[in-house]
Amino acid sequence: MDKNLTIGQYYPADSVIHKLDPRVKLIGTLLYIISLFLFHTWGYVLGVGFLAVMIILSRVPFLYMLRGVKTIWLILVLTMVFNLFLTQGTILWQAGIFKITYEGLSMAVQLGIRLVALILGASIMTLTTTPNKLTDGMESLFRPLKVVHVPVHEIAMMMSIALRFIPILMEETDKIKKAQMARGADFESGNLITKAKAMVPLLVPLFVSAFRRANDLAMAMEARCYHGGEGRTQMKPLRYESRDYVALAVLLAYFGASIAVHAALGW
Amino acid sequence: MSLKLDHVYYTYSEGTAYQMHALKDVSLEIPDGQFVGIIGHTGSGKSTLIQHFNALMKPSSGTVSWNGEDIWGEGYDRRKLRFHVGLVFQYPEYQLFEEDVLTDVKFGPKNQGLSSEEQEARAVEALKLTGVPEDLFKKSPFDLSGGQKRRVAIAGVLAMNPDMLVLDEPTAGLDPKGRDEILDQISSLHEQRGITVVLVSHSMEDVARYVKRLIVMNRGEKAFDDTPENVFDHYLELEQMGLAAPQMTYLMHELRENGLEVDVHADTVEEAEQSILAALGRG
Repeated sequence: MDKNLTIGQYYPADSVIHKLDPRVKLIGTLLYIISLFLFHTWGYVLGVGFLAVMIILSRVPFLYMLRGVKTIWLILVLTMVFNLFLTQGTILWQAGIFKITYEGLSMAVQLGIRLVALILGASIMTLTTTPNKLTDGMESLFRPLKVVHVPVHEIAMMMSIALRFIPILMEETDKIKKAQMARGADFESGNLITKAKAMVPLLVPLFVSAFRRANDLAMAMEARCYHGGEGRTQMKPLRYESRDYVALAVLLAYFGASIAVHAALGW
Repeated sequence: MSLKLDHVYYTYSEGTAYQMHALKDVSLEIPDGQFVGIIGHTGSGKSTLIQHFNALMKPSSGTVSWNGEDIWGEGYDRRKLRFHVGLVFQYPEYQLFEEDVLTDVKFGPKNQGLSSEEQEARAVEALKLTGVPEDLFKKSPFDLSGGQKRRVAIAGVLAMNPDMLVLDEPTAGLDPKGRDEILDQISSLHEQRGITVVLVSHSMEDVARYVKRLIVMNRGEKAFDDTPENVFDHYLELEQMGLAAPQMTYLMHELRENGLEVDVHADTVEEAEQSILAALGRG
């Protein structure tokens, strides 16, 4: 089981960010991501500073958050290396066919910061919001799309069910794996093909059980008269509180500042 | 062919705030040919305990040995150990995956590296032992009824010819008839083949009827390890652990308190009947 998977993992804590309305956090994340693509040079100081404040406010341990970055380290390193060596411009250092240019160095650093900030920014949202609240927030934000016949409620419901089943299926995988190991199955040794073949005794029962669970859930939902989103009310409807308006104001101020430094100062 | 656990501890999330002892200082020995019952409340550590028997879980401290050899010692072939200590998980029917019943049962023997004739012979024998009729051998395991699937899954472990068979709640979710049939078959397997059987259960009635030795687990610790009769004498303590003695034990104790000289160790309906008749002078 991959314990490093931070994206989509809620970290319970009592912080201002945790208490915010999920819609504010979704909008905030979107604005933050857009702002990251506006910056060129010194703008990143603003972006990283804003991120740092948010991380401190969220009360999620920074090391815990960094585990999300671990999953993309390969992409990160590759992008940085390619940009470092393959950008044309003023040469700083050269050895054979390898050369580092001023532009390449600047590009690599910028992309590195951008990628890390992107992942951290997005994981602040998933770490401080329970999956259920997140889908509620999305459903409510995308509601206008219903006019063009997008099944917003159904998509949100599918997402929350999918998220709900991740831990269950992980547990199930572990169980089946052990049961087959008790029958002498070997999941570790052998080359790639034997390893792939060894997965069959694990995957077949896992799929069977996933379908069985899906069937049971559908039955249980129908037995409770679920019939889609039409006329459905919520037990805890989302409502903006005063702190949400403050948060929105802060976000807009940050976004405005980002555009200002981009347009006026060229940062 | 004996299994020995020596001061075994198992700790979840060691060193963190969520640290939890699933097993605490468990020592026990299961010699050849015993029929042992393990009983305990949900979360008492029964399932964790039996997964230590065939090296699916590694003790945090303490040793597990099979035939006097430490199974976590360097170079020990733990995969081979699993052919000697056959473990049937709870709801084993969810592990079936092959196209037909016979091929699925052959999975274990195939992993043992037997020839295809031997695999076939073992599988057929195991299926017969668990009472699966021959006309089902070529059917898809997914088309069988719940009870039949359970038998096929148990046969899948039996086909490896283990010296010791560990079953985790083999009768969970079965109707009374299916339950009795499966337990009777396991019991006759024990008698005919002399195979060591460890039966994990929460039903005191089942355990009282079949096992000669009963281990009671409570909060990760071994609470009792004795004959069922002696364990049931502690029925008041068992209740505090969220367990109960068989209904007959209660009845017999009550009868004795009310002056009828019955044997309080009678824990099945048949034994109780004889004891009551004897006490009434009609035996």
